[in-house]
Amino acid sequence: MTDSTALQNTSAAENSAVAVRPRPRLAVFKFASCDGCQLSLLDCEDELLAVASAVEIAYFPEASSRMLPGPYDVALVEGSITTPHDAQRIQDVRRISRTVVTIGACATAGGIQSLKNWADHEDYLRCVYASPEYISTLATSTPIADHIKVDFELRGCPISRHQLLEVIGALVNGRRPRLPAHSVCLDCKRKGTVCVEVAQGIPCLGPVTHSGCGAICPGYDRGCYGCFGPVAQSNCQSLTTQYLDTGSAAETLLPLLRNFNASAPEFREASNRVAEISIERNGASHR
Amino acid sequence: MTSPTESNRSVLFLGRGQLNQLIRALADDGYQVVGPTIDQAAIVYGEITSADDLPIGWTDVQEPGKYRLQRRDDEACFGYVVGPHSWKKYLFPPVTLVATADRTKTGWQLSTPETEPPRYAFLGVRGCELAAMRIQDKVFLGGPFVDPTYQKRRAAAFIVAVNCTQAAPTCFCTSMNTGPRCSSGFDLALTEVADGFLMEIGSESGNVVAARLNVEPATSAQLESGNAARQQAVDQISKQLDTTDIRDLLMNNLRHPHWEEVANRCLSCTNCTMVCPTCFCSSVNEVPDLTGDHVDRERSWDSCFNIDFSYMNGSPTRNSIHSRYRQWMTHKLATWHDQFGSSGCVGCGRCITWCPVGIDLTQEVAAIRSSQNNPSVEGAVNSSHDNEGVS
Repeated sequence: MTDSTALQNTSAAENSAVAVRPRPRLAVFKFASCDGCQLSLLDCEDELLAVASAVEIAYFPEASSRMLPGPYDVALVEGSITTPHDAQRIQDVRRISRTVVTIGACATAGGIQSLKNWADHEDYLRCVYASPEYISTLATSTPIADHIKVDFELRGCPISRHQLLEVIGALVNGRRPRLPAHSVCLDCKRKGTVCVEVAQGIPCLGPVTHSGCGAICPGYDRGCYGCFGPVAQSNCQSLTTQYLDTGSAAETLLPLLRNFNASAPEFREASNRVAEISIERNGASHR
Repeated sequence: MTSPTESNRSVLFLGRGQLNQLIRALADDGYQVVGPTIDQAAIVYGEITSADDLPIGWTDVQEPGKYRLQRRDDEACFGYVVGPHSWKKYLFPPVTLVATADRTKTGWQLSTPETEPPRYAFLGVRGCELAAMRIQDKVFLGGPFVDPTYQKRRAAAFIVAVNCTQAAPTCFCTSMNTGPRCSSGFDLALTEVADGFLMEIGSESGNVVAARLNVEPATSAQLESGNAARQQAVDQISKQLDTTDIRDLLMNNLRHPHWEEVANRCLSCTNCTMVCPTCFCSSVNEVPDLTGDHVDRERSWDSCFNIDFSYMNGSPTRNSIHSRYRQWMTHKLATWHDQFGSSGCVGCGRCITWCPVGIDLTQEVAAIRSSQNNPSVEGAVNSSHDNEGVS
């Protein structure tokens, strides 16, 4: 975002009755991730000019080569911690940021790359890299909150841009963000989407998954993949027991739980339990 | 709406091929006809433009936590029970814009959207669903604060009831005295028989519509087959809820260990409350735009199963699944009597079918009731459970 673009929007600000306050300085940092969540900010096409006039985008390498030094009022942090270098870098981000908001499943739960937490990462390195000795990596992928104090977490793979705008709007206006914490089921019901589990026997993580996506997948006859992670007080044990008892294979449930939020504690424990049951039942080997 | 008694109500016969006449007559009167149709592997309620949109030749097979469509061996239009939707989605919409506010130099400018309410004709309303409307009438219209959205939609609606001719294993309307017979609260009521529909008139507007259709007085043979069809539904109902002193039974057992046992299975996912045709809880939220200068006030369906729904004074009042399940069931079956003078349950069985883990409230009540009659578990009844959410 250039200064001239930001200036073009001052006329809108002048028309507004809002008292002019200094714009918060926003920075966007990337750790181990696919960039999809920070792209959600650029995907706010209709709202992008309003965002740019509400905050000063000071550091956002994905969007602009103009990178201003800290300190920053708000840091959006994408990605998980998978290398010793990143474990140090996140401490630096915390030091120069007043408010840290982690965005996306990688940053809040370790992401799909946390599947390596169940495996030997040295094996993975040898499989992927011709010269693994040049790679310095940690044995695990962990969420940002395992390393620093996080002020707010935005779930999702990717995050919802509506939720991102809500958080930015709340920060700019000094109010509490309004992000519903119910299960995906409530969103299906409000939309009139028929339960795919009850009507079609499709295993769906909706009942134990945090709202945020707008219940997209069940609307297309797919079970929820749990992209927004476990809802508070989720009863994964009851749900997985029901699915196993009504004919779902452990081989179906395991990849459902070990997905973008595999290392979210509730999903991790549920998947470990399903793996144990699978071994008990048919000797299949899942760690 | 006048309600002639059954005895002086003349019964008409509408041929199977004439059902379209009825749908067309309602559309000609400016109604948006909504009724049963197949979508998303279920019989849902949606827009109906002709009888071809109805689930002709299909039925539903239901059990706790399971629903499947199945072909019938006939061409019945209403040969199913009840599905995942209820009429409340039309009368009490899932999301409503209540008001808007704009910040001006002199302060906030509030306005209420003045929208013309849709005029719905509901085709295929079952006995339990008529009872649910009566209950929601009391909730939204019966107190000092009348809900304008519900009021306008309800007043404009034309109701074509359909008597059940079969029941699901999840149905228990006979326990709640809400069906299966549709006795009042409709403009027209149909009973499907082999070659057409017996039609009863329940109001003057129903009379006016019926006068424009090719109907004839029903013959005694047709009346007889209608009686037999309706009796079949009664005979098929297998589930029961013993409502004897149910209010005191539940309210005297707020610390019963069985609540915790249910909580081990309950997902607190809100499905039961969303499919319930009488659950009326909502939350009102202010939704500002990025500048904070424009705010939409939205009302959305909400649920006592959500943690945030009981959030006040810094923490949720019902911060466990067992306290939330208990709140739902004791309100539905017990304190609803104190609040609205009737049970909040109509026995449609939706909460049983659409619970992803198949929790059956009639069995949960029976479990608590049986422990009362069984001295061996009496000691457990007053076990020290937390008081959370008991009010």
